[in-house]
Amino acid sequence: MTVRDATPFLEVSGLTKRYGAFTALDGIDLEIGRGEFVCFLGPSGCGKTTLLRLIAGLDRQDEGRIEIGSVDVSHAPPAERDFGIVFQSYALFPNLTVGANVAYGLVNRRMAKARIAARVAELLTLVGLPDQAAKYPVQLSGGQQQRVALARALATSPSLLLLDEPLSALDAKVRTRLRDEIRQLQKRLGITTIMVTHDQEEALAMADRVVVMNQGMIEQVGTPEEIYRHPATAFVADFIGAMTFLDATVGNAREIRVGSVDLVCEDGRGFIPGSPVRLGFRPEDIRVGSVVPTDVNAIEVRVRSLEFLGSFYRARLEPSRDLGGALVADLSANLHGDLALSEGQYLYVCLPPAALRAFPVALPR
Amino acid sequence: MTRSIMTRSVMTESVLAGPALAASLPEAFPARSRMPSERLVATVLVAGFCLLLVVIIALPLGSVLIKSLEAPDGGAAGLRNFRTYFSTPTLVEALLNSLTVAGSTVAIVVPLAFGYAYALTRTTMRWKGLFLAFALLPLFAPSLLSGIALTYILGNQGFLRGILFGHSVYGPIGITIAECLYAFPHALIILVTALSLSDGRLYEAASAMGTGRLRTFATVTLPGARYGLVSAAFVVFTLVVTDFGIPKVIGGQYPVLATDAYRQVVGQQNFPMGAVVGLLMLVPAILAFAVDRLIQRRQSSLLSARSVPYEAKPRPVRDRLSLGYAALVAGVIVGTYGVAIWASFIRYWPYNLSLTLDHYDFAAADSDGWAPYWNSLAMALSVAAIGTVTVFCGAYLIEKIKVFPAGRAVAQLLAMLPLAVPGLVLGLGYVFFFNAAWNPLNVLYGTLALLAINTLAHYYTVAHVTATTALKQIDPEFEAVSASLKVPFWQTFRRVSLPICMPTVLELFVYLFVNAMTTVSAVIFLYGPSTKLAAIAIVHMDEAGTTASAAAMASVIMATALAARLLLAIVNRFVLARTQSWRRREASA
Repeated sequence: MTVRDATPFLEVSGLTKRYGAFTALDGIDLEIGRGEFVCFLGPSGCGKTTLLRLIAGLDRQDEGRIEIGSVDVSHAPPAERDFGIVFQSYALFPNLTVGANVAYGLVNRRMAKARIAARVAELLTLVGLPDQAAKYPVQLSGGQQQRVALARALATSPSLLLLDEPLSALDAKVRTRLRDEIRQLQKRLGITTIMVTHDQEEALAMADRVVVMNQGMIEQVGTPEEIYRHPATAFVADFIGAMTFLDATVGNAREIRVGSVDLVCEDGRGFIPGSPVRLGFRPEDIRVGSVVPTDVNAIEVRVRSLEFLGSFYRARLEPSRDLGGALVADLSANLHGDLALSEGQYLYVCLPPAALRAFPVALPR
Repeated sequence: MTRSIMTRSVMTESVLAGPALAASLPEAFPARSRMPSERLVATVLVAGFCLLLVVIIALPLGSVLIKSLEAPDGGAAGLRNFRTYFSTPTLVEALLNSLTVAGSTVAIVVPLAFGYAYALTRTTMRWKGLFLAFALLPLFAPSLLSGIALTYILGNQGFLRGILFGHSVYGPIGITIAECLYAFPHALIILVTALSLSDGRLYEAASAMGTGRLRTFATVTLPGARYGLVSAAFVVFTLVVTDFGIPKVIGGQYPVLATDAYRQVVGQQNFPMGAVVGLLMLVPAILAFAVDRLIQRRQSSLLSARSVPYEAKPRPVRDRLSLGYAALVAGVIVGTYGVAIWASFIRYWPYNLSLTLDHYDFAAADSDGWAPYWNSLAMALSVAAIGTVTVFCGAYLIEKIKVFPAGRAVAQLLAMLPLAVPGLVLGLGYVFFFNAAWNPLNVLYGTLALLAINTLAHYYTVAHVTATTALKQIDPEFEAVSASLKVPFWQTFRRVSLPICMPTVLELFVYLFVNAMTTVSAVIFLYGPSTKLAAIAIVHMDEAGTTASAAAMASVIMATALAARLLLAIVNRFVLARTQSWRRREASA
């Protein structure tokens, strides 16, 4: 579900940024709707932070246009772009109290002292730190400091909130909690938000839409479900969640040939028969248990290893017939208990036709 | 944990109390319209800063180069001056003498300083802070004080002259000993830094593999410190080649480059030949600069974020030996300077050892009396005040403001340049540039203002690097956050960057003050009749034979410099401790 309306709030077109011979961003086109929460997701060096900094005006693009609220701000300095920003390092002014930090952007405007104080109190309450105004940043925990940074960014009521890996410096537990809080806050304020992250779980949990980036280009834009269920490229499939890839050749009709095995696949029809593809499927999509040899895409495998990962087991399965590689399957702890699997055991598993994805063989960039 | 649960519940509450708050949020506050634009102000500031550095650093240095290619009567001479130089035996002799003295000083002082640095960093001997302070003492006096002290100890009337076996202290022996004393703290600082940057894990690994102490020293300690050793050797070599005060006081008839340059310019008015000598002095200095750059790049990679600092464990024999060694070296340093101070209170060395304050009545020795001291004080205070502002603001512009990249790159280069330029050469450049008839700035010549500008330029680099280092430690996103909050950079500078860097700013002030009080070489060409400085008065009084007064004036300078350092310590201890309370993790309540 997206909450986009007809006219985009932020529109980026043909945005390119080079550092010498290195192209950090290569012709980025993107639209973001009013009130949307969008995540830029990708490995380090993919250009996601560069894109955020260009939108903020902290760096200048070599080519392309940026429009915010239908106003061309391509060459406007940051101060004219009306955004709030939160960094991974918090970037709180260490010599100012929490209250003074939050008030930093308000003091500059002609506002009465009492109104500033009221606004600071309101914001600190909003982020759950109502009694901390007199403390210095160093006296707060990392999670608390990041809430203060958030309050400071929201103080001037910007129309756009930019979050640059805001949770990466925090412990796992604090990170999960703060991520829910930020999401709730964003929904309630309805503020258009862009968050840069390299953590796919964070992006899937928080975003209305995810922009997956790689090597300065956008690989796919879509809702978390879309990019997880229907990854547009092998890169997206591999980066979001886990995926096993096997080399395959497209056959006639719905058939696809993997090693010496023919499988039924819904996804290979876009390709010319005989062309090579990469066949991918997710570990949790492999059906283990109550599979009979006559089922569609049933394969006999031997359990090579079983890895206990808390709530589930990850099994490495060696096909009895040549598939050109091992399979990885996740099965819940319950199912594992029911099946009483053990290493070395033979059994049949099924690769459901709807779960198989065919990707073009990666072209060299 | 309790606290985080509490914040959690508050958070939920505030979320539940949503609608009212949410309604009040989108309210827009009008941003004050800012005239003129931030970008314009920043660009103008960077351009102005560039221009300043060009005038006080680049143009004077360029003048030295041009002057060396001029004939004494004006007109182009090409490389003729250099040919004349190298075909004149007396001139070449000075060059060889300089190399000899500098080489011997390096050979003596670097091993001595290494041993001292080792004792300070790698043992558990007692009174380390005190020994460090003693060793740094020469930094607070003009270089020629050690020369004056030696004339009392080893000179014709010296009480220890017997140990020279009849050789005269006036000449290479005296210069070398005095330069050793003067250069010791410079080498020590570099070596202490090098030995402190060591990974304790390497020693644990060596010891886990059963490596002996000598082998550990040869395979871990020395390799870790070798960049520091090379750097120290170059720095000492350069200091000695370019030092003017010591050879002037104790060089006797032994000519060296620095005294030669002075003789050519002041004595014979042969400006082009003075420029040639100046350029020769520039060679080791530039070499040292290049080597130091190279080394710093490598040295930093020796220590990773995962390194654990080495911590010495008690080892009685080593610690006692170190204590003995440190006491010996510190004793020589403090003793030498002590003798000079003591001698300044002696009525008539060595015949009448009764104490007197007569030598502090400078009017008896020099017609200017105490005036040079007040000149020095005024000059040093203005260098410190103006310099601190210029250096810190300049470093901020280069480091934090992202406009006019070409201008910032030029400024950075020029700010680093003075480190490679001996004071005497810079002084020559100022003579050539600010004394030129065509230059409208020649009204400054002979004024205290020009002395102050010259001194600031001379010591610019170290101050600049100190300021830059402090600014680099500040989160680079502060300016970005400010821009997003529509706060101009100068407000962030005033409210955040400057207060955070206050300890560094004070450090800069004292550094510039101490050096301005003690410098001789850069300003020896530049003073006018009414702007003679204390350090120059020392040279004059020593030349006139009133050595006790020279020692007295040097002692006054040293006392002033030490007082400034002490004041800084007090300010740090009492004032900053209160204003920097935000650095402490515990609540001040």
